Amino acid sequence: MAVVTPKMIGERIKRREDPRLIQGLGTYVDDIKLPGMLHLAFKRSDIAHGIIKSIDVSEAQSMPGVELVITGAELKEFLPPMPIGTPFPSPDHYSVAVDRVRYQGEPVAVVVAADRYLARDAADAIVVDYEVLPAVIDPEVAMQGQPALVHEAFENNLAVPYVPGGTGFDAEAGTVDNSAVDKAFAEADFTLSQRMMNQRLAPTAMEARGVVAHYEPGKDTLTIWSSTQNPHILKTFVAALTGIPDNQVRAIAPEVGGGFGCKINIYGEDYVAAALSKQLGKPLKWIEDRSEAFQATIHGRGILAYVDICGKNDGKVTGLKIKLIADIGAYNMILTAAIPTLTMLMLNGTYDIPAIRAELTEVFTNKMPTDAYRGAGRPEGTYFVERAMDMVARHLGMDPAEVKRKNFIKADQFPFATQMGAVYDSGDYEKTLDLALKNANWEGLKAERDRAKSEGRLVGLGVSFYVEVCGLGPSASLPTGGWEYSSVTVERSGKVTATTGSSPHGQGNETTFSQMLADQFGIPMSDVTILHGDTGVVKQGIGTFGSRSQAVGGTVLMKAGDKVKDKMARFAAAMLNPNEETDASEMVFQDGTIYFRDAPGNSVTFADVAAYAYVPVPLPEGLDPGLSEQAFWEPSNNTYPYGCHISMIEIDRDTGEPKLLKLIAVDDCGTVVNPLIVEGQIHGGLAQGIGQAMIEEVVYDDDGQLITGSFMDYAMPRATDFPRFELDKTVTPTPVNPLGAKGVGEAGTLGSTPCIVNAAVDALSEFGVTHIDMMLRPEKLWRIINQGGKS
Amino acid sequence: MIPQEFQYRRATSIDEAISLLKESGDEGKFLAGGHSLVPLMKLRLSEPGVLIDISRIPQLSGITEKDGTIQIGAGVTHAEVASSDLVRRLCPVVSECAAEIGDPQVRNRGTLGGSLAHADPAADYPAVMVALNAEVHIKGPGGWRAVKSGDFFQDLFTVDLAEDEIIAAVQFRPARNAAYAKLHQRASHYALVGVAAVLEMEGRTCRSASIGITGATGHAQHLANVESALSGKELTPETIAAAARIAADDLEEVNVDLHASEEYRRDMVRVFTKRAVEQAASR
Repeated sequence: MAVVTPKMIGERIKRREDPRLIQGLGTYVDDIKLPGMLHLAFKRSDIAHGIIKSIDVSEAQSMPGVELVITGAELKEFLPPMPIGTPFPSPDHYSVAVDRVRYQGEPVAVVVAADRYLARDAADAIVVDYEVLPAVIDPEVAMQGQPALVHEAFENNLAVPYVPGGTGFDAEAGTVDNSAVDKAFAEADFTLSQRMMNQRLAPTAMEARGVVAHYEPGKDTLTIWSSTQNPHILKTFVAALTGIPDNQVRAIAPEVGGGFGCKINIYGEDYVAAALSKQLGKPLKWIEDRSEAFQATIHGRGILAYVDICGKNDGKVTGLKIKLIADIGAYNMILTAAIPTLTMLMLNGTYDIPAIRAELTEVFTNKMPTDAYRGAGRPEGTYFVERAMDMVARHLGMDPAEVKRKNFIKADQFPFATQMGAVYDSGDYEKTLDLALKNANWEGLKAERDRAKSEGRLVGLGVSFYVEVCGLGPSASLPTGGWEYSSVTVERSGKVTATTGSSPHGQGNETTFSQMLADQFGIPMSDVTILHGDTGVVKQGIGTFGSRSQAVGGTVLMKAGDKVKDKMARFAAAMLNPNEETDASEMVFQDGTIYFRDAPGNSVTFADVAAYAYVPVPLPEGLDPGLSEQAFWEPSNNTYPYGCHISMIEIDRDTGEPKLLKLIAVDDCGTVVNPLIVEGQIHGGLAQGIGQAMIEEVVYDDDGQLITGSFMDYAMPRATDFPRFELDKTVTPTPVNPLGAKGVGEAGTLGSTPCIVNAAVDALSEFGVTHIDMMLRPEKLWRIINQGGKS
Repeated sequence: MIPQEFQYRRATSIDEAISLLKESGDEGKFLAGGHSLVPLMKLRLSEPGVLIDISRIPQLSGITEKDGTIQIGAGVTHAEVASSDLVRRLCPVVSECAAEIGDPQVRNRGTLGGSLAHADPAADYPAVMVALNAEVHIKGPGGWRAVKSGDFFQDLFTVDLAEDEIIAAVQFRPARNAAYAKLHQRASHYALVGVAAVLEMEGRTCRSASIGITGATGHAQHLANVESALSGKELTPETIAAAARIAADDLEEVNVDLHASEEYRRDMVRVFTKRAVEQAASR
């Protein structure tokens, strides 16, 4: 293989996407305007649970400009229930409710009208008569079958009744041997128990969802623009549900203004737009408004845990029991049921815990379904384990960092097979912990806290250590397949065009992937164009989620690049040495030229070789014309990035208001292609994790009404909510891909929540408190301060 | 935003605004910064048939000093008040209050008159205007009238302003010993509780005190018991604490929502009364 001196990889290159995005020059779904396009609006349920007795669409239908009003019962005739991507039993879930509504905001009828305003007016004019049923809100009550069943066929509202995991669980036999776990708890010096709630969150992407569907009857083709993280999956699912063959469907993700996991899912609105466009033969658009986004875009988290942790008085943790109850809402979306299994998978944390018993139950409630939200199951697991580890340190009066160190999986134990069935690829946790403690000036920070406490201030320190599963993954780990696709073309001019199935929505792939190809080919970054998000352009792909773009998408890009480069080297060799057998692997690509390693003075330009490859006269023996190659690739394993977060917070003794004073993070995501982008990802993840810890919470009332239905009540973290983050990194490459990159998009959400709550518990330790559920609502903290530790 | 259909008119003078409002029958609403009205229209909780844009009426703009008072036009934005040299110099509490409203986008659009007319129970300005005993200048078809802020706010979203009247300006005597202290609701940045204290000091003695409160009850109002507890007293940590301790005692129907219970709000009234008075006294 030809050799290139690395230049761009590792550089802090500003995102090439940003100039167009911050100048308003991007094209989002709502910017798509087609001749004759009509607009959709959804009539949504204003109750959480009820039987649809009647729907009166007469007034809506008679309004000028209204093309069609259609109910769920009518749509059902040609639009089957939505598919899911998990193997668990699931009730039928129609895009539009047929005879019963199960969450506030569920669609019950659809209007097609000449413009968006008329469509909304007509939707408002639809009158639905419900027989109201009791709302199932509390998952623990729901598990008793009370106060009602969300789905008649699911006894006690159990979507997934029982999934065991951990030590002594035999997946093949389906048996559970509790002896090791029981022995650990029987022989322990102490056992600590705590109920912990990892509350529901709303993803709140800056751009809400939206879809334009354009069926062309003459060609029997459907083009669908959607604000999605994975256009190829969208294409496959929409084709399957509408009956249009998948080679006749083209899905396009234009600029996507944030996803955070909520745009992995294919929603009812996507299917309805496609099916009705086909029926009417006209292009249709639907743009979600913010109220709809809160009600009817998936929520994240929503997992309750009963945690028991046991150990020895020297700080060694010997056993962990965690019972998880996931409040998944009213239906299974594409990955809903799988997300809490990722919580289970990560219950080892970064520790060599000899005995773990995990149990998972998933429960239907009358709320918006949950699904993947930045971190998707892993932040919940990290939170439970890291809170428990902190409780151990507090119980024993030990430094929490030292309790972690004592229980860490050691550097020489990798690859490490966990009790939960994961195989951690690589790691040196102590090194990362040490750097974080050093950067934080940990001993100095503790002295500062103690000094503040002695002055009567409520100051606390938190430390957390996380590991996550990223770079998804081998195909065994994903229902869609765990590979990625890329193509690389050297154009006639010598410019390079690459396509990637990793469809970015803020990750900056256009920048990082250009950096990689610039290095690979020895050309300027500006000569590289990265195309993505269009199944008509990118032949295949999976998408962007699970922190997989760089680890999987980046690797396959490099593989496709290598194929082209190899061929190009052979063309170059033929130009330089037309009459000799030459070894193309000795070619060097540098500064826009190609030459033999031993003869740098005798080179051809990159552009000349490209031109030759397209008019190859004479055609070198054994070569076909052209410079365009593609590759599929999947890793042999997931990656397991990790990191250490340290925080200092102060709680106002009078008001209970928490203020984050410091956040120090050291993350290890393996090889870093662009440190600026990696830091940006960590900033964003931290903002969302700190948001969860301190100010974000989805709240439904007892009737299933969404109380946090707007930004007036659901807090969006702002820059002013944070101190300056102090970031650093260690670099422990993964062996599962040749880049060594592990993924970083979700990292910030994992370390931050336990880090903040640990600090809050530390700050309030004088009141005897050992745990506080998120979010850290000032009133909750005020009650601890004023009522002696009872939150 | 997908509101109901409405017509749009732009007024160039106060009188034109009043006559356009009259023409619209019951359908008209004044639109200035739109930061109270538009969110309601977005949710279709308010569905005016005619919007009369008053944001470019010259008589509603400007901050002036007159006869030892400050007059702020109803159309002046929060950002303008926050950055006004005149207000910051003579009556910093008003600028400081404006700087704590919402976020930069809200402050760049929202107006003083809009905030007062809408009378959200958690809005910031009303507390300060009540404490300053500001006069609200109102014009209607019958001419001008002025109302003391303490009387202007009557109930939840209800003020002393007839259907055919417009707020033109607010006038108040600047106060040096004045402060506004607020507990932010972290999503909206409205006040969970906000207390404004305006003190007339003679050395360490408080000759008179005026306290305005927002967020705690249905509308901004004076805390008369705190005012009398402070008036004529030498302000020491003890006297301030004693006055703050009774701050919530006379409040009826304290607000309860997701963010704060009655019990918590009542305590925050005490906490922020203390803070506002301490800060006002120390200036």
